Amino acid sequence: MAEDFVIEMLHITKEFPGIKANDDVTLQLRRGEVHALLGENGAGKSTLMSVLFGLYQAEQGVIKKDGKEVEIRDPNDANRLGIGMVHQHFKLVECFTVLDNIILGVEDTRHGILQRAEARKKVMELSERYGLRVDPDALVSDISVGMQQRVEILKMLYRDNEILIFDEPTAVLTPQEIDELMGIMRGFKAEGKSILFITHKLGEIMAVADRCTVLRKGKGIGTVDIAATTKEELSRMMVGRDVQFAVDKKPSEPGEVVLKVEGLRVPSKRHKNDAVKGVSFEVRAGEIVCMAGIEGNGQSELVFGLTGLEKPTAGKVTLKGQDITQAPIRERSKAGMSHIPEDRHKHGLVLDYTLADNLVLQRYWQPEFQRGGIIKAGAVRTYAERLIGQYDVRSGQGADTIARSMSGGNQQKAIIAREIDKDPELLIAVQPTRGLDVGAIEYIHSRIVAERDAGKAVLLISLELDEVMNLSDRILVMYEGEIVGELDPKATTVQELGLYMAGGKRQGEAQA
Amino acid sequence: MKDKKTSFWSSPAVAGVLASLISIVVGLLLGFLLLLILNAGAAVSGMGTMLTAGVRNLDQLAKVLYQAAPLMLCGLSVGFAFKTGLFNIGASGQYTMGMFFALLCGIHFQMPWYVCLLASMLGGAIWGVFPGLFKALFNVNEVITAIMFNWIGVYFVNLMCANTPDMLAGSWGGSSNDRTAALSAANPGALLPKAGLDKLFAGSTWINIGIFISILFAVLVWVILQKTTFGYELKACGFNRDASQYAGINAKRSIVLSMVIAGALSGLGGGISYLAGTVQYVMLKNILAMGFNGIPVALLANSNPIGTIFSALFISYIQTGGSAMQPTFSAETINIVISVIIYLSAFSLLMRGVISRLLAHRNEKTKGGAAK
Ligand SMILES: Nc1ncnc2c1ncn2[C@@H]1O[C@H](COP(=O)(O)OP(=O)(O)OP(=O)(O)O)[C@@H](O)[C@H]1O
Ligand SMILES: [Mg+2]
Repeated sequence: MAEDFVIEMLHITKEFPGIKANDDVTLQLRRGEVHALLGENGAGKSTLMSVLFGLYQAEQGVIKKDGKEVEIRDPNDANRLGIGMVHQHFKLVECFTVLDNIILGVEDTRHGILQRAEARKKVMELSERYGLRVDPDALVSDISVGMQQRVEILKMLYRDNEILIFDEPTAVLTPQEIDELMGIMRGFKAEGKSILFITHKLGEIMAVADRCTVLRKGKGIGTVDIAATTKEELSRMMVGRDVQFAVDKKPSEPGEVVLKVEGLRVPSKRHKNDAVKGVSFEVRAGEIVCMAGIEGNGQSELVFGLTGLEKPTAGKVTLKGQDITQAPIRERSKAGMSHIPEDRHKHGLVLDYTLADNLVLQRYWQPEFQRGGIIKAGAVRTYAERLIGQYDVRSGQGADTIARSMSGGNQQKAIIAREIDKDPELLIAVQPTRGLDVGAIEYIHSRIVAERDAGKAVLLISLELDEVMNLSDRILVMYEGEIVGELDPKATTVQELGLYMAGGKRQGEAQA
Repeated sequence: MKDKKTSFWSSPAVAGVLASLISIVVGLLLGFLLLLILNAGAAVSGMGTMLTAGVRNLDQLAKVLYQAAPLMLCGLSVGFAFKTGLFNIGASGQYTMGMFFALLCGIHFQMPWYVCLLASMLGGAIWGVFPGLFKALFNVNEVITAIMFNWIGVYFVNLMCANTPDMLAGSWGGSSNDRTAALSAANPGALLPKAGLDKLFAGSTWINIGIFISILFAVLVWVILQKTTFGYELKACGFNRDASQYAGINAKRSIVLSMVIAGALSGLGGGISYLAGTVQYVMLKNILAMGFNGIPVALLANSNPIGTIFSALFISYIQTGGSAMQPTFSAETINIVISVIIYLSAFSLLMRGVISRLLAHRNEKTKGGAAK
């Protein structure tokens, strides 16, 4: 038994009210390996990593570093042991610059004065060496998610961490950024750093990981060598059954026009210019239209414009014949619009509300849930419990769970359940399966197709090419705020789609 | 069995109450320490007076209830705003306006007490509108506007009183014109009814129905926050403005309404305080402390409306005890000690963290032991 483990987590048990998030889990990390951690939403992956990073104390079990038992009481202890973590939901100070965020907590001072120049030099060196492009002087609130993640990685490197934990780093990245990240991880490995990597995307595990530990409902199922396994086997270990990756659907039968967009212009975040520059298209009943594009080409703003979160500067939006261009958000909702938002923490949930309260966020005012302004607590609970069961939303205390304490994937499932169950005429789904496990993705995809077959219109915004190709009936490609092409997913290839997305190809006056 | 016990202690409600109680004890200990330092000889008797004066006789108890009423309303005001994501530091100004509107109706317009109370709510609400509007429309921090309106309120009221001669004591047989008329002389109908309570409290002049009105409002605020769609919207907006906007809630309207209600509560506090007929408003160039005392009341109660009932009673009790220490200790000393106690009492949130950490530690130990 002369195996060289940098980190061993032995028989870890961690309980939360109502749930054993980790139940006698053992995980051994070899020096210089990329070790994947796989499991359904709520299986306890983030919890296990938070125990290693000192955010939670396990009730039972020991942690060993280089064979010696250690106690990790808080992230400072973890840091001293060379352990760093990139969290599922980033932990950056929005109103600080990139540089300040990186050095926060380990600032070099001389006579009480911050030595920014030296810090900057070190950060820039690291950034260059690993190809982690960042703008040190930009405010975090102004940079893309991809760059925020690079900032988190630089934070770990700046602290000279040797054991790097990545909690679902790819969920928020574009396919290009994912490739980049995989390369960066290989680079770390080559330098002898050890990596723990959580992801729901089996392809990524197959691509970079050496070994994989699988969790199910808090219990460790086992650790396998990636070289000796397949995607199918991994998903079987994780879900306990075979998972279908392709979406099963019959050809669409588009009906009447549900959403009509004409010459829509929407300002960018800081209103400097228009992010959406005169876009026109239609979505019909019974079809799934996908708006594809590389992040930052105006898709987010387009959705803000359609849903009323941002006021369009020009153009017209019609929903089922009703002009809703200037309508308040509640009116759009009443007219049959549902919206699965891109940012689940910012828009999707009131994190300090219970799960039940969040599930009625779009409907609490309906007669079903209130009378004379008094909320019918019983009706809310019954409704919440039905959705929780139907969509398999897992949490410690069911309807009473505070949303903040739920696992990321289950938060997402709650939002999807709420928006689909509203029985909308038009479902606008932005990255609906972000952060979901393969089993949940399968279910959500089937639900979206079921909505379509029930004669609803679906507008899907996704960065995930597999999802785009699998789910949509029609693809519109957005590039620099304009629609540059319309493609038929059955008649096109990923390569051609990629070309349109990158702006390398363009259809003359695409009239969708 | 053990599990049940831990879950009882770690349930949020229990932990909250426990934390508040511990904070109070710590505050009292420190207050006692301070007394020891300031006047060692009289410290024990002084502390004894402070802790028992409130129940020494019915008159004192009546005074506790009398003071608790406006404290409670100001605490409710601050707590309500806080639950909806706003910091209402303007309770003092709203209280002052409420007082003025009540007295204006009572003395100048010779209205009965219930109209005066409604007017006091209106006065406070008007003073709440401004910080709310500025926040909603121009994103100006409500704290800044509210502080300015505290001062504007005092000077406005002084100006109005000075220029309405029949508001002043001099017009109603009083001797000095630096204060408002005594209600008993100007319009006894504006005095809050005693509803026979004075007989119960041995003829005390302090007692009236004010405390019951305050408790009623505490329950009302609790119902609004916990049971109504309106409260649901206000809290959602306080927790996450973006998400409430996404849900189609009019965030601007929520902010303004929230401040209006908070203002009305403080205003009612002003009305209840001055319609008791025990004090007259004296035109000073200073803002009234009552509104600020609402902040520790709310903090001690963790902004919970029902908790506010008890925290207001506690703080009023300590204050009443403090005044009873008067000849032995100077007013300043007493104020310092009271402040220390109240200040530490408001540390309940901090205590809550400590408690949960202690509990976690103990669980770890017992479980670790069992495993070995
Ligand atoms: N702070 C907390 N308080 C209470 N319960 C918690 C807390 N953190 C996690 N849980 C619960 O523990 C379980 C495991 O959560 P965890 O976040 O570890 O899941 P996960 O495997 O990371 O899932 P996902 O893939 O969705 O991110 C969940 O049921 C969650 O509700
Ligand atoms: Mg997670």
